[in-house]
Amino acid sequence: MPERQATGREVPFRGGGFAPKPVRWVGLSVFAVLLAAWEIGTRTGWIGNLTLPRLSGVGQVFVDLYDSGLLWQHLLPSLERLAAGAAIGAVAGIGVGVLIGLFSLVRAGLVPLVAAIFPIPKIALLPLFVIWFGIGEGSKYALIAFGTFTPTVVATYGAVDNVDRGLIRMGQSFGLGWFSIVWKIVLPGALPGILSGLRVSLAIAIILLVAAEMLGAEYGIGAYILEAGSLYDLERLFAGVIILSILGVLTSWLIGLAERALLAWRE
Amino acid sequence: MELRIENVGHHYGGGPVLDRISLDVAAGEVLCLVGPSGCGKSTLLRLVGGLEKPAEGRVLTGGDVPEGCLNPISFVFQHFNLLPWRTVSGNVSLVLEGRLGRAARREAIADVLARTGLSDFASALPRQLSGGMRQRVAISRALATRPAVMLLDEPLSALDAQTRELLMEDLVGLWLREPFTAVYVTHNLAEAVRLGHRVAVLSRRPGRVREVVTISTPLGERSAATPEVAEAQAHLWHLIRDEAAAADRTLADA
Ligand SMILES: Nc1ncnc2c1ncn2[C@@H]1O[C@H](COP(=O)(O)OP(=O)(O)OP(=O)(O)O)[C@@H](O)[C@H]1O
Ligand SMILES: [Mg+2]
Repeated sequence: MPERQATGREVPFRGGGFAPKPVRWVGLSVFAVLLAAWEIGTRTGWIGNLTLPRLSGVGQVFVDLYDSGLLWQHLLPSLERLAAGAAIGAVAGIGVGVLIGLFSLVRAGLVPLVAAIFPIPKIALLPLFVIWFGIGEGSKYALIAFGTFTPTVVATYGAVDNVDRGLIRMGQSFGLGWFSIVWKIVLPGALPGILSGLRVSLAIAIILLVAAEMLGAEYGIGAYILEAGSLYDLERLFAGVIILSILGVLTSWLIGLAERALLAWRE
Repeated sequence: MELRIENVGHHYGGGPVLDRISLDVAAGEVLCLVGPSGCGKSTLLRLVGGLEKPAEGRVLTGGDVPEGCLNPISFVFQHFNLLPWRTVSGNVSLVLEGRLGRAARREAIADVLARTGLSDFASALPRQLSGGMRQRVAISRALATRPAVMLLDEPLSALDAQTRELLMEDLVGLWLREPFTAVYVTHNLAEAVRLGHRVAVLSRRPGRVREVVTISTPLGERSAATPEVAEAQAHLWHLIRDEAAAADRTLADA
Protein backbone atom coordinates (compact mmCIF):
# COMPACT_ATOMS: atom_id res chain seq x y z
CA MET A 1 0.00 0.00 0.00
CA PRO A 2 1.48 3.35 -0.94
CA GLU A 3 2.23 5.40 2.09
CA ARG A 4 0.10 8.49 2.45
CA GLN A 5 2.07 11.56 3.31
CA ALA A 6 1.38 15.22 3.21
CA THR A 7 3.71 16.91 0.75
CA GLY A 8 3.67 20.02 2.91
CA ARG A 9 2.63 22.57 0.33
CA GLU A 10 -0.66 24.25 1.06
CA VAL A 11 -3.03 25.02 -1.80
CA PRO A 12 -2.69 28.77 -2.30
CA PHE A 13 -5.88 30.80 -1.77
CA ARG A 14 -6.93 32.59 -4.93
CA GLY A 15 -10.62 33.34 -4.49
CA GLY A 16 -12.29 36.28 -2.82
CA GLY A 17 -12.62 39.92 -3.77
CA PHE A 18 -14.97 41.47 -6.34
CA ALA A 19 -17.64 41.77 -3.67
CA PRO A 20 -17.93 45.31 -2.31
CA LYS A 21 -19.16 45.39 1.26
CA PRO A 22 -19.88 48.35 3.50
CA VAL A 23 -16.90 49.45 5.58
CA ARG A 24 -17.73 51.87 8.36
CA TRP A 25 -15.88 55.08 9.16
CA VAL A 26 -13.47 54.85 6.23
CA GLY A 27 -15.31 57.56 4.30
CA LEU A 28 -15.21 59.87 7.31
CA SER A 29 -11.55 59.05 7.98
CA VAL A 30 -10.58 60.03 4.44
CA PHE A 31 -12.27 63.39 4.98
CA ALA A 32 -10.63 63.81 8.39
CA VAL A 33 -7.14 63.02 7.10
CA LEU A 34 -7.49 65.41 4.16
CA LEU A 35 -8.80 68.20 6.37
CA ALA A 36 -6.05 67.64 8.95
CA ALA A 37 -3.39 67.73 6.23
CA TRP A 38 -4.93 70.93 4.93
CA GLU A 39 -4.91 72.67 8.32
CA ILE A 40 -1.42 71.49 9.27
CA GLY A 41 -0.08 72.31 5.83
CA THR A 42 -1.38 75.86 5.85
CA ARG A 43 -0.31 76.48 9.46
CA THR A 44 3.26 75.33 8.95
CA GLY A 45 3.51 77.29 5.75
CA TRP A 46 4.14 74.13 3.75
CA ILE A 47 1.08 75.15 1.74
CA GLY A 48 1.31 78.83 0.85
CA ASN A 49 -1.32 81.39 1.81
CA LEU A 50 -2.13 82.09 -1.80
CA THR A 51 -2.48 78.42 -2.68
CA LEU A 52 -5.11 77.58 -0.10
CA PRO A 53 -6.82 79.48 2.69
CA ARG A 54 -6.56 78.09 6.19
CA LEU A 55 -9.19 75.56 7.14
CA SER A 56 -9.77 77.39 10.42
CA GLY A 57 -10.26 80.56 8.41
CA VAL A 58 -12.93 78.86 6.35
CA GLY A 59 -14.48 77.64 9.60
CA GLN A 60 -14.53 81.21 10.88
CA VAL A 61 -16.40 82.25 7.72
CA PHE A 62 -19.01 79.61 8.51
CA VAL A 63 -19.39 80.89 12.04
CA ASP A 64 -19.79 84.46 10.77
CA LEU A 65 -22.28 83.34 8.14
CA TYR A 66 -24.33 81.57 10.77
CA ASP A 67 -24.17 84.39 13.32
CA SER A 68 -25.22 87.04 10.83
CA GLY A 69 -28.11 84.92 9.56
CA LEU A 70 -26.67 85.18 6.06
CA LEU A 71 -26.26 81.42 5.91
CA TRP A 72 -30.00 80.85 5.76
CA GLN A 73 -30.49 83.86 3.57
CA HIS A 74 -28.28 82.23 0.96
CA LEU A 75 -29.17 78.62 1.60
CA LEU A 76 -32.96 78.80 1.63
CA PRO A 77 -33.48 80.29 -1.84
CA SER A 78 -30.92 77.82 -3.20
CA LEU A 79 -32.69 74.88 -1.63
CA GLU A 80 -35.99 76.13 -2.99
CA ARG A 81 -34.59 76.43 -6.52
CA LEU A 82 -32.94 73.05 -6.28
CA ALA A 83 -36.08 71.35 -4.99
CA ALA A 84 -38.43 72.97 -7.50
CA GLY A 85 -36.16 72.62 -10.53
CA ALA A 86 -35.08 69.06 -9.77
CA ALA A 87 -38.64 67.99 -8.97
CA ILE A 88 -39.97 69.37 -12.25
CA GLY A 89 -37.11 67.82 -14.23
CA ALA A 90 -37.26 64.44 -12.49
CA VAL A 91 -41.03 64.06 -12.70
CA ALA A 92 -41.10 65.06 -16.37
CA GLY A 93 -38.06 62.87 -17.06
CA ILE A 94 -39.57 59.81 -15.40
CA GLY A 95 -42.86 60.40 -17.24
CA VAL A 96 -41.24 60.76 -20.65
CA GLY A 97 -38.83 57.88 -19.93
CA VAL A 98 -41.71 55.54 -19.08
CA LEU A 99 -43.57 56.57 -22.24
CA ILE A 100 -40.46 55.89 -24.32
CA GLY A 101 -40.12 52.53 -22.62
CA LEU A 102 -43.74 51.60 -23.29
CA PHE A 103 -44.57 52.95 -26.75
CA SER A 104 -42.51 52.22 -29.83
CA LEU A 105 -43.77 55.34 -31.56
CA VAL A 106 -42.72 57.60 -28.71
CA ARG A 107 -39.39 55.81 -28.60
CA ALA A 108 -38.77 56.27 -32.32
CA GLY A 109 -39.71 59.93 -32.05
CA LEU A 110 -38.00 60.98 -28.85
CA VAL A 111 -34.86 58.90 -28.38
CA PRO A 112 -32.94 60.74 -31.14
CA LEU A 113 -34.20 64.05 -29.75
CA VAL A 114 -33.03 63.20 -26.24
CA ALA A 115 -29.67 62.08 -27.64
CA ALA A 116 -29.41 65.44 -29.40
CA ILE A 117 -30.26 67.42 -26.28
CA PHE A 118 -28.23 65.41 -23.77
CA PRO A 119 -24.73 66.66 -24.69
CA ILE A 120 -25.68 70.34 -24.89
CA PRO A 121 -24.16 72.09 -21.87
CA LYS A 122 -27.37 73.46 -20.40
CA ILE A 123 -25.42 76.42 -18.98
CA ALA A 124 -24.98 77.65 -22.54
CA LEU A 125 -28.73 77.98 -22.81
CA LEU A 126 -29.09 80.19 -19.75
CA PRO A 127 -29.48 83.41 -21.77
CA LEU A 128 -32.21 81.73 -23.78
CA PHE A 129 -34.03 80.73 -20.61
CA VAL A 130 -33.72 84.27 -19.32
CA ILE A 131 -35.44 85.52 -22.45
CA TRP A 132 -38.15 82.86 -22.22
CA PHE A 133 -38.79 82.80 -18.50
CA GLY A 134 -37.47 86.13 -17.25
CA ILE A 135 -34.52 86.96 -15.07
CA GLY A 136 -36.38 85.87 -11.92
CA GLU A 137 -36.92 82.41 -10.54
CA GLY A 138 -38.45 81.05 -13.74
CA SER A 139 -35.24 80.82 -15.73
CA LYS A 140 -33.44 79.22 -12.78
CA TYR A 141 -36.09 76.55 -12.37
CA ALA A 142 -36.03 75.94 -16.11
CA LEU A 143 -32.26 75.52 -16.26
CA ILE A 144 -32.16 73.07 -13.36
CA ALA A 145 -35.25 71.21 -14.58
CA PHE A 146 -33.89 70.89 -18.10
CA GLY A 147 -30.53 69.63 -16.87
CA THR A 148 -32.17 67.04 -14.62
CA PHE A 149 -34.62 65.99 -17.31
CA THR A 150 -32.34 64.38 -19.90
CA PRO A 151 -30.34 62.02 -17.67
CA THR A 152 -33.55 61.02 -15.91
CA VAL A 153 -35.20 60.16 -19.24
CA VAL A 154 -32.27 58.01 -20.33
CA ALA A 155 -32.05 56.19 -17.00
CA THR A 156 -35.81 55.63 -16.87
CA TYR A 157 -36.30 54.14 -20.28
CA GLY A 158 -33.26 51.95 -19.79
CA ALA A 159 -34.78 50.75 -16.53
CA VAL A 160 -38.14 50.04 -18.19
CA ASP A 161 -36.36 48.12 -20.96
CA ASN A 162 -34.64 46.00 -18.34
CA VAL A 163 -37.82 44.84 -16.64
CA ASP A 164 -38.02 41.07 -16.89
CA ARG A 165 -40.25 40.28 -19.90
CA GLY A 166 -41.17 36.99 -18.26
CA LEU A 167 -42.97 38.93 -15.53
CA ILE A 168 -44.92 40.90 -18.12
CA ARG A 169 -45.94 37.72 -19.96
CA MET A 170 -46.97 36.30 -16.61
CA GLY A 171 -49.22 39.30 -16.02
CA GLN A 172 -50.76 38.91 -19.46
CA SER A 173 -51.27 35.18 -18.96
CA PHE A 174 -53.34 35.93 -15.88
CA GLY A 175 -55.44 38.43 -17.77
CA LEU A 176 -54.14 41.57 -16.03
CA GLY A 177 -55.08 44.77 -17.82
CA TRP A 178 -52.57 47.09 -19.43
CA PHE A 179 -52.68 49.61 -16.59
CA SER A 180 -52.27 46.90 -13.97
CA ILE A 181 -49.25 45.54 -15.79
CA VAL A 182 -47.64 48.98 -16.00
CA TRP A 183 -48.49 49.93 -12.43
CA LYS A 184 -47.85 46.63 -10.68
CA ILE A 185 -45.08 45.10 -12.79
CA VAL A 186 -43.28 47.60 -15.04
CA LEU A 187 -42.94 50.53 -12.63
CA PRO A 188 -41.83 48.57 -9.55
CA GLY A 189 -39.44 46.61 -11.77
CA ALA A 190 -37.96 49.82 -13.17
CA LEU A 191 -37.67 51.56 -9.81
CA PRO A 192 -34.11 50.44 -8.98
CA GLY A 193 -32.82 51.83 -12.28
CA ILE A 194 -34.83 55.03 -11.92
CA LEU A 195 -33.46 55.69 -8.43
CA SER A 196 -29.86 55.11 -9.43
CA GLY A 197 -30.45 57.45 -12.37
CA LEU A 198 -31.75 60.07 -9.95
CA ARG A 199 -28.45 59.98 -8.07
CA VAL A 200 -26.73 61.29 -11.20
CA SER A 201 -29.53 63.67 -12.13
CA LEU A 202 -29.56 65.34 -8.72
CA ALA A 203 -25.81 65.85 -8.75
CA ILE A 204 -26.22 67.57 -12.11
CA ALA A 205 -29.01 69.67 -10.60
CA ILE A 206 -26.60 70.97 -7.94
CA ILE A 207 -24.04 71.87 -10.58
CA LEU A 208 -26.67 73.79 -12.52
CA LEU A 209 -27.95 75.49 -9.38
CA VAL A 210 -24.67 77.39 -9.13
CA ALA A 211 -24.75 78.24 -12.82
CA ALA A 212 -28.32 79.50 -12.54
CA GLU A 213 -27.48 81.71 -9.58
CA MET A 214 -24.58 83.32 -11.30
CA LEU A 215 -27.05 85.37 -13.29
CA GLY A 216 -29.28 87.84 -11.56
CA ALA A 217 -29.49 86.28 -8.13
CA GLU A 218 -28.88 88.44 -5.08
CA TYR A 219 -28.98 85.54 -2.64
CA GLY A 220 -28.08 81.91 -3.10
CA ILE A 221 -25.00 79.73 -2.75
CA GLY A 222 -24.10 80.34 -6.36
CA ALA A 223 -24.32 84.10 -5.98
CA TYR A 224 -22.24 83.88 -2.83
CA ILE A 225 -19.54 81.82 -4.52
CA LEU A 226 -19.49 84.09 -7.55
CA GLU A 227 -19.07 87.19 -5.40
CA ALA A 228 -16.31 85.57 -3.35
CA GLY A 229 -14.59 84.41 -6.51
CA SER A 230 -14.60 87.80 -8.14
CA LEU A 231 -12.98 89.26 -5.02
CA TYR A 232 -10.49 86.37 -4.78
CA ASP A 233 -11.75 85.81 -1.27
CA LEU A 234 -10.66 82.20 -1.09
CA GLU A 235 -11.97 81.58 2.42
CA ARG A 236 -15.52 82.48 1.44
CA LEU A 237 -15.17 80.70 -1.88
CA PHE A 238 -14.26 77.51 -0.03
CA ALA A 239 -17.09 77.97 2.43
CA GLY A 240 -19.52 78.10 -0.50
CA VAL A 241 -17.97 75.09 -2.20
CA ILE A 242 -18.16 73.08 1.01
CA ILE A 243 -21.86 73.88 1.29
CA LEU A 244 -22.32 72.45 -2.22
CA SER A 245 -20.44 69.29 -1.28
CA ILE A 246 -22.62 68.88 1.77
CA LEU A 247 -25.68 69.28 -0.44
CA GLY A 248 -24.35 66.55 -2.70
CA VAL A 249 -23.72 64.18 0.18
CA LEU A 250 -27.18 64.93 1.58
CA THR A 251 -29.05 64.21 -1.66
CA SER A 252 -27.08 61.01 -2.13
CA TRP A 253 -27.97 60.03 1.43
CA LEU A 254 -31.64 60.80 0.82
CA ILE A 255 -31.66 58.58 -2.27
CA GLY A 256 -29.99 55.87 -0.21
CA LEU A 257 -32.82 56.19 2.31
CA ALA A 258 -35.41 55.98 -0.46
CA GLU A 259 -33.68 52.90 -1.86
CA ARG A 260 -33.64 51.21 1.50
CA ALA A 261 -37.31 51.97 2.02
CA LEU A 262 -38.60 51.15 -1.46
CA LEU A 263 -36.23 48.41 -2.55
CA ALA A 264 -36.06 46.35 0.62
CA TRP A 265 -37.14 43.36 -1.46
CA ARG A 266 -33.78 43.37 -3.25
CA GLU A 267 -31.97 42.06 -0.11
CA MET B 1 -63.41 22.44 -19.72
CA GLU B 2 -61.79 20.57 -22.56
CA LEU B 3 -59.19 21.74 -24.99
CA ARG B 4 -58.80 21.02 -28.68
CA ILE B 5 -55.64 21.79 -30.61
CA GLU B 6 -56.50 21.67 -34.31
CA ASN B 7 -53.81 21.44 -37.00
CA VAL B 8 -51.69 24.03 -35.28
CA GLY B 9 -48.56 25.05 -37.15
CA HIS B 10 -46.14 27.82 -36.30
CA HIS B 11 -42.90 29.26 -37.57
CA TYR B 12 -40.39 31.89 -36.60
CA GLY B 13 -37.79 33.57 -38.78
CA GLY B 14 -35.67 30.43 -38.66
CA GLY B 15 -38.27 28.16 -40.27
CA PRO B 16 -41.15 25.98 -39.09
CA VAL B 17 -41.30 25.12 -35.42
CA LEU B 18 -44.57 23.21 -35.15
CA ASP B 19 -46.11 21.13 -37.91
CA ARG B 20 -49.84 20.39 -37.92
CA ILE B 21 -50.25 19.48 -34.28
CA SER B 22 -53.64 18.06 -33.34
CA LEU B 23 -54.34 17.06 -29.77
CA ASP B 24 -57.40 16.84 -27.53
CA VAL B 25 -57.41 17.21 -23.81
CA ALA B 26 -60.53 16.03 -22.00
CA ALA B 27 -61.90 17.78 -18.93
CA GLY B 28 -60.00 16.70 -15.84
CA GLU B 29 -57.23 15.10 -17.86
CA VAL B 30 -53.51 15.77 -17.61
CA LEU B 31 -51.74 15.63 -20.97
CA CYS B 32 -47.96 15.53 -20.78
CA LEU B 33 -45.86 16.80 -23.67
CA VAL B 34 -42.38 15.43 -24.10
CA GLY B 35 -39.94 15.95 -26.92
CA PRO B 36 -36.35 16.92 -27.61
CA SER B 37 -35.04 20.37 -26.78
CA GLY B 38 -36.16 23.05 -29.23
CA CYS B 39 -39.00 21.01 -30.74
CA GLY B 40 -41.54 23.71 -29.88
CA LYS B 41 -43.14 22.53 -26.64
CA SER B 42 -43.00 25.95 -25.00
CA THR B 43 -44.19 27.51 -28.23
CA LEU B 44 -47.19 25.20 -28.31
CA LEU B 45 -48.02 26.07 -24.73
CA ARG B 46 -47.85 29.79 -25.50
CA LEU B 47 -50.18 29.24 -28.46
CA VAL B 48 -52.62 27.33 -26.26
CA GLY B 49 -52.43 30.03 -23.57
CA GLY B 50 -53.08 32.84 -26.04
CA LEU B 51 -49.69 34.49 -25.54
CA GLU B 52 -48.94 34.01 -29.23
CA LYS B 53 -51.10 33.60 -32.32
CA PRO B 54 -50.74 30.35 -34.26
CA ALA B 55 -49.68 30.83 -37.88
CA GLU B 56 -51.93 27.96 -38.92
CA GLY B 57 -54.73 26.07 -37.26
CA ARG B 58 -56.51 27.05 -34.08
CA VAL B 59 -56.94 26.26 -30.43
CA LEU B 60 -60.47 25.73 -29.16
CA THR B 61 -61.94 25.37 -25.71
CA GLY B 62 -65.22 23.64 -25.03
CA GLY B 63 -67.55 22.98 -22.18
CA ASP B 64 -68.25 25.02 -19.09
CA VAL B 65 -65.67 26.77 -17.01
CA PRO B 66 -65.78 25.80 -13.33
CA GLU B 67 -67.75 28.00 -10.97
CA GLY B 68 -65.86 31.04 -9.74
CA CYS B 69 -63.24 30.72 -12.46
CA LEU B 70 -61.28 33.97 -12.77
CA ASN B 71 -58.84 33.06 -15.50
CA PRO B 72 -59.80 30.05 -17.64
CA ILE B 73 -56.24 29.27 -18.73
CA SER B 74 -53.49 29.77 -16.14
CA PHE B 75 -49.75 29.24 -16.50
CA VAL B 76 -47.10 27.82 -14.21
CA PHE B 77 -43.71 28.86 -15.57
CA GLN B 78 -40.37 27.13 -15.42
CA HIS B 79 -38.71 30.10 -13.74
CA PHE B 80 -41.65 30.84 -11.45
CA ASN B 81 -42.05 34.46 -12.59
CA LEU B 82 -42.91 35.75 -9.14
CA LEU B 83 -42.83 39.48 -8.46
CA PRO B 84 -39.77 39.85 -6.20
CA TRP B 85 -41.24 42.93 -4.51
CA ARG B 86 -44.40 41.16 -3.40
CA THR B 87 -44.76 38.72 -0.56
CA VAL B 88 -46.13 35.22 -1.09
CA SER B 89 -49.68 36.36 -0.40
CA GLY B 90 -49.08 39.51 -2.46
CA ASN B 91 -48.07 37.41 -5.43
CA VAL B 92 -51.24 35.37 -5.17
CA SER B 93 -53.24 38.52 -4.56
CA LEU B 94 -51.94 39.99 -7.83
CA VAL B 95 -54.12 37.71 -9.94
CA LEU B 96 -57.21 38.28 -7.78
CA GLU B 97 -57.08 42.07 -7.54
CA GLY B 98 -59.84 43.81 -9.40
CA ARG B 99 -61.80 40.56 -9.54
CA LEU B 100 -62.55 39.79 -5.92
CA GLY B 101 -63.32 42.13 -3.06
CA ARG B 102 -60.87 42.54 -0.22
CA ALA B 103 -62.49 39.99 2.07
CA ALA B 104 -63.06 37.39 -0.64
CA ARG B 105 -59.48 37.84 -1.73
CA ARG B 106 -58.10 37.26 1.75
CA GLU B 107 -60.20 34.14 2.04
CA ALA B 108 -59.14 32.80 -1.36
CA ILE B 109 -55.46 33.44 -0.58
CA ALA B 110 -55.68 31.73 2.80
CA ASP B 111 -57.46 28.78 1.22
CA VAL B 112 -54.98 28.23 -1.59
CA LEU B 113 -51.92 28.72 0.64
CA ALA B 114 -53.33 26.14 3.03
CA ARG B 115 -53.77 23.71 0.16
CA THR B 116 -50.15 24.10 -0.96
CA GLY B 117 -48.72 24.14 2.55
CA LEU B 118 -47.56 27.76 2.40
CA SER B 119 -49.70 29.26 5.17
CA ASP B 120 -46.67 29.91 7.39
CA PHE B 121 -44.87 31.74 4.60
CA ALA B 122 -47.65 34.14 3.59
CA SER B 123 -45.60 37.23 4.39
CA ALA B 124 -42.23 35.99 3.15
CA LEU B 125 -40.58 37.52 0.08
CA PRO B 126 -39.65 35.26 -2.86
CA ARG B 127 -35.91 35.71 -2.26
CA GLN B 128 -36.31 34.19 1.19
CA LEU B 129 -37.78 30.99 -0.25
CA SER B 130 -36.12 27.93 -1.73
CA GLY B 131 -36.77 27.06 -5.37
CA GLY B 132 -39.34 24.46 -4.43
CA MET B 133 -41.24 26.90 -2.25
CA ARG B 134 -41.17 29.51 -5.01
CA GLN B 135 -42.71 27.08 -7.44
CA ARG B 136 -45.33 26.22 -4.83
CA VAL B 137 -46.19 29.91 -4.73
CA ALA B 138 -46.49 29.98 -8.52
CA ILE B 139 -48.73 26.91 -8.42
CA SER B 140 -50.85 28.54 -5.71
CA ARG B 141 -51.15 31.65 -7.84
CA ALA B 142 -52.40 29.60 -10.78
CA LEU B 143 -54.79 27.59 -8.59
CA ALA B 144 -56.16 30.74 -6.96
CA THR B 145 -57.76 31.76 -10.25
CA ARG B 146 -59.70 28.45 -10.28
CA PRO B 147 -58.54 27.79 -13.82
CA ALA B 148 -60.34 25.49 -16.21
CA VAL B 149 -56.99 24.55 -17.76
CA MET B 150 -53.52 24.72 -16.25
CA LEU B 151 -50.51 25.04 -18.53
CA LEU B 152 -47.28 23.97 -16.89
CA ASP B 153 -44.01 24.53 -18.75
CA GLU B 154 -41.30 22.40 -17.14
CA PRO B 155 -42.48 23.52 -13.72
CA LEU B 156 -40.05 21.28 -11.85
CA SER B 157 -36.97 21.43 -14.03
CA ALA B 158 -35.33 24.27 -12.11
CA LEU B 159 -35.54 22.23 -8.91
CA ASP B 160 -33.30 19.60 -7.40
CA ALA B 161 -34.30 15.95 -7.63
CA GLN B 162 -35.60 15.58 -4.07
CA THR B 163 -37.69 18.74 -4.23
CA ARG B 164 -39.00 17.61 -7.59
CA GLU B 165 -40.18 14.34 -6.08
CA LEU B 166 -41.97 16.18 -3.26
CA LEU B 167 -43.65 18.63 -5.62
CA MET B 168 -44.72 15.83 -7.92
CA GLU B 169 -46.52 14.24 -4.97
CA ASP B 170 -48.07 17.62 -4.16
CA LEU B 171 -49.34 18.01 -7.70
CA VAL B 172 -50.86 14.54 -7.65
CA GLY B 173 -52.47 15.37 -4.30
CA LEU B 174 -53.89 18.62 -5.63
CA TRP B 175 -55.28 16.88 -8.68
CA LEU B 176 -56.85 14.12 -6.56
CA ARG B 177 -58.55 16.67 -4.31
CA GLU B 178 -59.89 18.70 -7.17
CA PRO B 179 -59.16 17.35 -10.68
CA PHE B 180 -57.99 20.01 -13.11
CA THR B 181 -57.36 19.91 -16.85
CA ALA B 182 -53.69 20.41 -17.63
CA VAL B 183 -51.05 20.40 -20.32
CA TYR B 184 -47.76 19.58 -18.69
CA VAL B 185 -44.50 20.07 -20.60
CA THR B 186 -41.47 18.24 -19.30
CA HIS B 187 -38.14 16.75 -20.28
CA ASN B 188 -38.33 14.29 -17.49
CA LEU B 189 -40.00 11.05 -18.54
CA ALA B 190 -40.43 9.94 -14.92
CA GLU B 191 -42.49 13.08 -14.34
CA ALA B 192 -44.51 12.47 -17.49
CA VAL B 193 -45.51 8.93 -16.54
CA ARG B 194 -46.33 9.88 -12.95
CA LEU B 195 -48.54 12.84 -13.78
CA GLY B 196 -49.92 12.24 -17.26
CA HIS B 197 -53.08 10.40 -18.16
CA ARG B 198 -51.66 10.55 -21.65
CA VAL B 199 -48.20 11.47 -22.86
CA ALA B 200 -47.73 13.03 -26.30
CA VAL B 201 -44.30 12.57 -27.85
CA LEU B 202 -43.17 15.29 -30.25
CA SER B 203 -40.50 14.81 -32.89
CA ARG B 204 -37.57 17.17 -33.13
CA ARG B 205 -38.03 20.53 -34.82
CA PRO B 206 -40.39 21.01 -36.61
CA GLY B 207 -42.43 19.35 -33.89
CA ARG B 208 -44.99 16.74 -34.97
CA VAL B 209 -46.97 14.40 -32.78
CA ARG B 210 -45.17 11.05 -33.06
CA GLU B 211 -47.27 9.06 -30.68
CA VAL B 212 -49.65 9.50 -27.79
CA VAL B 213 -49.13 6.99 -25.00
CA THR B 214 -52.07 6.35 -22.67
CA ILE B 215 -51.43 5.26 -19.09
CA SER B 216 -54.55 3.89 -17.44
CA THR B 217 -53.31 3.41 -13.86
CA PRO B 218 -55.05 6.10 -11.76
CA LEU B 219 -52.74 8.95 -10.69
CA GLY B 220 -53.16 8.16 -7.01
CA GLU B 221 -51.91 4.59 -7.41
CA ARG B 222 -48.79 5.24 -9.41
CA SER B 223 -45.21 4.92 -8.29
CA ALA B 224 -41.97 4.34 -10.16
CA ALA B 225 -42.39 0.62 -9.46
CA THR B 226 -45.89 0.27 -10.95
CA PRO B 227 -45.41 -2.07 -13.93
CA GLU B 228 -47.47 -0.05 -16.40
CA VAL B 229 -45.70 3.13 -15.39
CA ALA B 230 -42.24 1.61 -15.75
CA GLU B 231 -43.20 0.08 -19.06
CA ALA B 232 -44.56 3.37 -20.40
CA GLN B 233 -41.37 5.14 -19.35
CA ALA B 234 -39.20 2.60 -21.16
CA HIS B 235 -41.37 2.88 -24.24
CA LEU B 236 -41.17 6.68 -24.20
CA TRP B 237 -37.40 6.58 -23.86
CA HIS B 238 -37.24 4.24 -26.81
CA LEU B 239 -39.32 6.69 -28.87
CA ILE B 240 -37.41 9.76 -27.87
CA ARG B 241 -33.84 8.49 -27.71
CA ASP B 242 -32.83 8.88 -31.33
CA GLU B 243 -34.68 12.17 -31.72
CA ALA B 244 -32.95 13.56 -28.66
CA ALA B 245 -29.54 12.46 -29.91
CA ALA B 246 -30.19 14.04 -33.32
CA ALA B 247 -31.61 17.24 -31.82
CA ASP B 248 -28.57 17.51 -29.57
CA ARG B 249 -26.31 17.57 -32.61
CA THR B 250 -28.11 20.31 -34.59
CA LEU B 251 -26.95 23.89 -34.62
CA ALA B 252 -29.49 26.23 -33.12
CA ASP B 253 -29.57 28.67 -36.03
CA ALA B 254 -28.94 26.22 -38.88
N1 LIG C 1 -39.61 34.25 -30.09
C1 LIG C 1 -38.91 33.42 -30.89
N2 LIG C 1 -38.33 33.89 -32.02
C2 LIG C 1 -37.63 33.06 -32.83
N3 LIG C 1 -37.45 31.77 -32.62
C3 LIG C 1 -37.99 31.24 -31.51
C4 LIG C 1 -38.75 32.03 -30.60
N4 LIG C 1 -39.17 31.25 -29.60
C5 LIG C 1 -38.70 30.01 -29.88
N5 LIG C 1 -38.00 30.01 -31.02
C6 LIG C 1 -37.39 28.84 -31.65
O1 LIG C 1 -38.39 27.89 -31.82
C7 LIG C 1 -37.93 26.60 -31.51
C8 LIG C 1 -38.82 25.99 -30.47
O2 LIG C 1 -38.66 26.69 -29.24
P1 LIG C 1 -39.36 26.23 -27.91
O3 LIG C 1 -38.88 27.12 -26.83
O4 LIG C 1 -40.82 26.16 -28.13
O5 LIG C 1 -38.79 24.76 -27.74
P2 LIG C 1 -38.95 23.77 -26.52
O6 LIG C 1 -39.44 22.50 -27.07
O7 LIG C 1 -39.73 24.40 -25.43
O8 LIG C 1 -37.45 23.61 -26.08
P3 LIG C 1 -36.88 23.32 -24.62
O9 LIG C 1 -37.14 21.89 -24.40
O10 LIG C 1 -35.43 23.60 -24.76
O11 LIG C 1 -37.59 24.21 -23.67
C9 LIG C 1 -36.50 26.75 -31.04
O12 LIG C 1 -35.66 26.36 -32.11
C10 LIG C 1 -36.34 28.21 -30.75
O13 LIG C 1 -35.04 28.63 -31.08
MG1 LIG D 1 -39.30 25.12 -23.45
